[in-house]
Amino acid sequence: MTMQTGARPDVQPAGKPSPSGGRKPTDAGRLTPYLFMAPYLVLFITFIAIPAVYGIWISLHNYDYLLPGKPWVGLGNYVDLFTPGTSTSGPFWQSMEATGKFTLYSVPLLIVIPLLVALILNRKFPGQAFFRAVYFAPYVLGVAVIGILWRYILDPNVGLLNYYLGLLGIEQIPWITALPWAWVSLVGVTVWWTLGFNAVIYLAGLQDIDPALYDAAKVDGANRWQRFLNVTMPGLRPVLLFVVTVTILASANMFGQAYIITQGAPGEETTTAIMYIAETGLRQFNMGVAAAMSYVLALALLLISVVNFAVFRNRED
Amino acid sequence: MAQTTADTQAKATRRDPRRLARLILPYAALILLTLVFVAPLLWMVSTSLKPNFQTTQFPPSWIPKTFSGEGYSTIFTTSTQTPVLQWFVNSMVAATANALLILITASMAAYALARMSFRGKRIMFALIVATLFIPQFVFLIGNYLIVDIFGWLDTLLAVIVPGAAGAFGVFFLRQFFLSLPPELEEAALIDGANRFQIFTRIILPLSKAPLATLAVLSFLVNWNDFLWPVYVLFSPQNLTLPPGLSILQGAYNTNYTVIMAGGVIASIPVLILYIFAQKYIIQGVSRSGLKG
Repeated sequence: MTMQTGARPDVQPAGKPSPSGGRKPTDAGRLTPYLFMAPYLVLFITFIAIPAVYGIWISLHNYDYLLPGKPWVGLGNYVDLFTPGTSTSGPFWQSMEATGKFTLYSVPLLIVIPLLVALILNRKFPGQAFFRAVYFAPYVLGVAVIGILWRYILDPNVGLLNYYLGLLGIEQIPWITALPWAWVSLVGVTVWWTLGFNAVIYLAGLQDIDPALYDAAKVDGANRWQRFLNVTMPGLRPVLLFVVTVTILASANMFGQAYIITQGAPGEETTTAIMYIAETGLRQFNMGVAAAMSYVLALALLLISVVNFAVFRNRED
Repeated sequence: MAQTTADTQAKATRRDPRRLARLILPYAALILLTLVFVAPLLWMVSTSLKPNFQTTQFPPSWIPKTFSGEGYSTIFTTSTQTPVLQWFVNSMVAATANALLILITASMAAYALARMSFRGKRIMFALIVATLFIPQFVFLIGNYLIVDIFGWLDTLLAVIVPGAAGAFGVFFLRQFFLSLPPELEEAALIDGANRFQIFTRIILPLSKAPLATLAVLSFLVNWNDFLWPVYVLFSPQNLTLPPGLSILQGAYNTNYTVIMAGGVIASIPVLILYIFAQKYIIQGVSRSGLKG
């Protein structure tokens, strides 16, 4: 936080006539902040505040977009989700499991590999900026381009990957159509796509660590590994918390990769929660159930981030 | 001093193979990794320039045996079902309009939050920041119905306006405005300038770098947005590129030349932006971070 963050008395042109004429300057002064806030607040209220609350309201109804009646069901949609054997609970929990698996497989890789890359990049050497730029590049392309490109490369029959593996004597692998390969593909593509994003954040964190700390550790006779454990890791803790939080959130939001590459295949095993919610609400227009599912998923994520913050805080003590 | 250190280091390197390995190994790893990152992108470009029969031939030709524009000509003269050029124009319009809307609304709100005192400021700021931590999908169903009420479904407005409500821009610019020295504004106030004049003539010109960062990041996010446009746009001529590419893949199935040409066309603007505005993108990401 900078010095100016504290309460600074707002300087008003006391006693001077307002250039806009007419009104007293104090009146103009009182209105001005709201005029500045207004355009954004209109957007915020319309597309964030109202949808969030409206979504809760919808989740309490049997809200089918295509039908005239949308009867009140109270917590019925939520009860159904937690009652085994109902038409929604089975597929929903299967999709939650898919999201959970994807998060479990991808998050550790997306925390560790970018850190290794950032550590290598953090040394001063010619070409550093070039390598950083290359590793970040896939991230600017977006999931649709990444998806169609890897769908082709991973194609079991005509894809590059199986061809080169074939040269090594490895038999054709069904990257897209069978488990566990579909997961390997989705996780691999995601790591390839977003590794640079996390690496750039780590790199900024590494560059913020005071070099004097390393020098001091060296003087104390600490070796590379000890310096990493006792200087780098503590210095990186806030960045690490940020990366873990953001990566978990992004993995739980996984949609495009599965939508384009596996289309939920082999059966519905790689249909993620977001995919199932979107399809239920916005394709089959079962919006009440879909809204309820999105709040259950949000609550699950909230629990995970609370645990996450607690773990990081404990380590700090 | 530095020279002698370098000399001794060089000598030590020559003598000690372990030290040499330690110098070379990271480079080898970096170059290998570069291949992993660049090869798929090259493959996309190369495939888009081949006649389609070559795309499934082995061994793969990284440089097309014969160059062919059939992928691109199919796309440019294409049917009413996959009007890729129209998608390109739509994406351009949507991403530009979205970025402009974010710049205007976020900078004004951020300035009020950074520099003015008014009733309700704390609660407004708290609410705005709190939404940074709420996953987007929570707003999905509600937003769809709001957009429907406005009659915006299947129009570009659906992918321009709601996305501008995100709190990131306000938060990001407020941080920057707080770091500016207040003296300039105080002097201008004493000279009789009003808040709006101060904002447009002093604050905004001083904020070119963060404004550029926000503009570029907003453009990228909107250009690449996938889930939302997949569900709110339906007519072929109204799509943006990301949902369009998914349709293109379904329509052309194994015509990889056409599909990869579509991928290249969707990539060119953002890659150009990345090359010229890399500093802003990397800075923006490393200072704050926003993800899918």
